[in-house]
Amino acid sequence: MSEFELSGRRILAMVKRYLYLLRGSLPRIIDLIYWPTVSMLMWGLLTQFLVTKSSFIAQAAGLLISGVLLWDVMFRGNIGIALSFLEEMWSRNLAQLFASPLRAWEWGVALFVVAMIRTLIGMVPAALLAIPLYHFSIFDMGWALVAFFFNLLVFGSAIGIAMSGLVLRWGLGAESLCWAGIFLIAPITGVYYPIAILPDWLQPFAWALPSTHVFEGMRAVLIDHAMRFDLLWNAIGLNVIYLAIAFGLFLLIFRDARFRGTLLQMGE
Amino acid sequence: MRDAAIRTSGLTKIYGDIVAVDHVEFEVRRGEIVGLLGGNGAGKTTTIAMLLGLLLPTAGTIEVLGIDMLRHRYRALPRMNFSSPYIDLPKRLTVRENLTVYAELYGLKNSRARVEKMAGDLGIADFLGRPNGELSSGQRTRVAIAKSLINAPELLLLDEPTASLDPDTADWVRRYLLGYARDAGATILLASHNMLEVERLCTETIMMKEGRIVDKGAPADLIARYGRQTLEEVFLDIARGTSSDMKSAAQ
Repeated sequence: MSEFELSGRRILAMVKRYLYLLRGSLPRIIDLIYWPTVSMLMWGLLTQFLVTKSSFIAQAAGLLISGVLLWDVMFRGNIGIALSFLEEMWSRNLAQLFASPLRAWEWGVALFVVAMIRTLIGMVPAALLAIPLYHFSIFDMGWALVAFFFNLLVFGSAIGIAMSGLVLRWGLGAESLCWAGIFLIAPITGVYYPIAILPDWLQPFAWALPSTHVFEGMRAVLIDHAMRFDLLWNAIGLNVIYLAIAFGLFLLIFRDARFRGTLLQMGE
Repeated sequence: MRDAAIRTSGLTKIYGDIVAVDHVEFEVRRGEIVGLLGGNGAGKTTTIAMLLGLLLPTAGTIEVLGIDMLRHRYRALPRMNFSSPYIDLPKRLTVRENLTVYAELYGLKNSRARVEKMAGDLGIADFLGRPNGELSSGQRTRVAIAKSLINAPELLLLDEPTASLDPDTADWVRRYLLGYARDAGATILLASHNMLEVERLCTETIMMKEGRIVDKGAPADLIARYGRQTLEEVFLDIARGTSSDMKSAAQ
C-alpha cells in the first residue's frame, strides 16, 4: 500500500465520477461538440475558397481541416484534464478525495481517461460532418491518425496537469491558465504551416514540442502520402519527458499543498 | 489498557509566524468517543487534518490504528473516514452517485448494496436520485455521515457533525453515531462547539486553546474539577482564561 500503487478500481471510480457529471448535463455535452464543429466548418469553408486560388491547397485540401481537428485533440486533452481538476476545486471536494485511499497518480490516470473520452465526444462528430460537407475524411489517415491522436492527447494532458498544479499552488485566481496556457505554443507548433517558415532562432523551440513533430508528420501524410516514423518516435520520446515533468511538478505542488494546508481551503 | 486508535507526540503546525498547533500530545483508546473542544482558532480542525494526512505537520509524530501516518498513511486511510460541514461532496452529482464513487474509492466490492444499506440506515433512500446541491442542510449532513461510514471505519473523525442542524436532526445524528460506535466498536474523535453534544456522546474530552492542550478528562471529572455545573461553563472558563482561578477555588 505505497504512495505509488495503482488501483484500477479507484481509477474507474474517478472516471465514473466525471462521467456522472457529464451524463447529468446536456449543455456540457453540447459544449464539447459545439466548438470543434464550428472550427471545422470555418476552416473547411476557408479551404474551399483557397482551393480555387492555390494549386498547392487543391492538392492537399485536407491540411487545414486536419490541422484544426488535431489541434482540437490537443486543446481538448488539456481542457479535459484542467476542467475535471477545476470541478474538484469548485465543489470543494479535494479534501474528501485525498482523505480517501485515492493516490494522486490514480487521479492523474483517471483524468487522462476522462480527457480522452471528452475529446472523442467532441472530435468524432466534427470529423464525421467533414465527410459529406467537404468530401474529406480525416479517418483516411488510418493508423497514422491513431498515433497523432494519442501523441497530441498526451501532450495536451501533460500541459493540463502542469496548469492544474499551478492552479493548486496559486488558487482559483489562476484558473484562466487552464484555458489560456496552451495557446502560448499554438503559434510555434506548426498547426497550419510548416516550421520552416518560423525565424531560425525560434525553430529549435518549436522542435522541442512533441506536437510540432505530429503536425509535420500530418503534413507528410497529406502532402507526400508518407508516414514519417522518425517524427513519430521523436513525438513519443518528447511526450514521455513532458509527461514526467508535468506529473513531477504536480506531485511536488501537491506535497507543498499538504504542507500549506491549501487542500482544505480550496473552493469558490 | 486497550490499544491506542490515535497517538500523537509533539504534534506541531506552524504557518509562517502563526503556531496553529503547538506540541500536542494525546492518545485515544480504541472504542472510545473523545471530544476535541476549543474555541475558534484553537487548532481542532488543523489537528484533524493532520490526523487524516491532508496536512503535513511541522514537527511531531502521528500514529493511527498503530500505523505511522507520516510514512504509511495509505495503510490507515481505508480503515478510517471523516466528515466536516466545511468540506463538501460534489453538488451536481446525485446522492447515489456520490456514495457509489466513495464506496469504490474505499475498495468496497458490492458498492450498490452498501449504498442501499447506508441509505436505509440513515433515512436518505427517498432522495438517492437527487443532486446533493438540492438537499436541505439536514439532508446533506445525513449524506455526509453516510459517506463517512461507507467503509465501516474503525476510526471516524468528525468536525462539528451537527453544526447548523435543527435540534431534532442533531439529536437523530447523535443517536445514530452512538449506535454505530457501540455496534461496530469504532473509535470517534469529535471536534465540536456543542458542549451538550460532547457531554452526551463522549467518554473523554481534550480541551484546546491557542493550539495547545490545556486540559483533558472525562466530562464529569472536568465539571467537578472546575467546580461547575456544566461542561459549557468549564469551556467558558478555559476560553476566557479564568480556568486556573476556578480550578483553585474548586480544589
